[in-house]
Amino acid sequence: MTLQHYLIVSAVLFVISMAGIFVNRRNVLVVLMSLELMLLAVNTNLIAFSKFLGNVEGQVFVFFILTVAAAEAAIGLAILVVLFRNKKTLELQEINDLEG
Amino acid sequence: MNPELFQQLLFYVFATITVGSAMAVVSVKNTVYAALFLVLCFFNTAILWMLIEAEFLAITLVLVYVGAVMVLFLFVVMMLDIKKPKAAILKQSYTKAALLIVLAMLVELMMLFGYKMQDQLPQSELIRMPEGYSNVEEIGLELFTHYVYPFEIAAVILLVAIIAAICLTLRKRLENKTIDASKQININPAERMRVVSMKAEKGGGSKS
Repeated sequence: MTLQHYLIVSAVLFVISMAGIFVNRRNVLVVLMSLELMLLAVNTNLIAFSKFLGNVEGQVFVFFILTVAAAEAAIGLAILVVLFRNKKTLELQEINDLEG
Repeated sequence: MNPELFQQLLFYVFATITVGSAMAVVSVKNTVYAALFLVLCFFNTAILWMLIEAEFLAITLVLVYVGAVMVLFLFVVMMLDIKKPKAAILKQSYTKAALLIVLAMLVELMMLFGYKMQDQLPQSELIRMPEGYSNVEEIGLELFTHYVYPFEIAAVILLVAIIAAICLTLRKRLENKTIDASKQININPAERMRVVSMKAEKGGGSKS
């Protein structure tokens, strides 16, 4: 296993989750999941660099990213619950109040 | 079998499962299945991290993500009544444009890693740490010396997240008949009973 292997896997993961956000026209939940996947790809990248360059600070940074991502998921899901209460739907097509 | 080759094999197996389950997450129709595939993806990524000796983060990923965040996701998915998408909505998605953009980006990234940065990235195999080495210890040393202040800020962020999530989802139910003790104690008799002074009426009023 060299650094390239990990870089390629994380690039593929990142690109898949980006495709998920673009292609997905269903509900906001899957978009949130794609965001989590994206963060995972970034974390994999950071860990691989940290290991192959022999610097542990990259892993400390991943720790912080995990913390913030957990907070983000909790607040995002709370917002989703409130949104669903008000609009009775989670489909992206029908949540367009800010369109103007 | 030589151990290097075995690790290589493990890497390819788990990387394939990771990518496959990521594809399933974004393409499966049922949201519950998407969440479960995301769990699979997290598990396999944790194993990939374990293969380059990032044990602490691999365990943290499983504990925090699979144990907390994904369970929260599943809760929300099952709590909310999500209807099947209509066919018309699926038809007007931007699948082709999205795939084009994504493919372009993938090719660019591969070229970047493959050619452009060839001489800047370390090419060697991972140097394995000696036997008594502890990944947790090293991260802990770094975290509690140089990064104490960010660590505390992270704790505050988590607290803010808890309060925000509760504030957002808490609502007063009108049909709720719970007795509020502090309201009962702090009641003022003057608010409850009003003494009205009236003119005295003459007797025998009932006759007329």
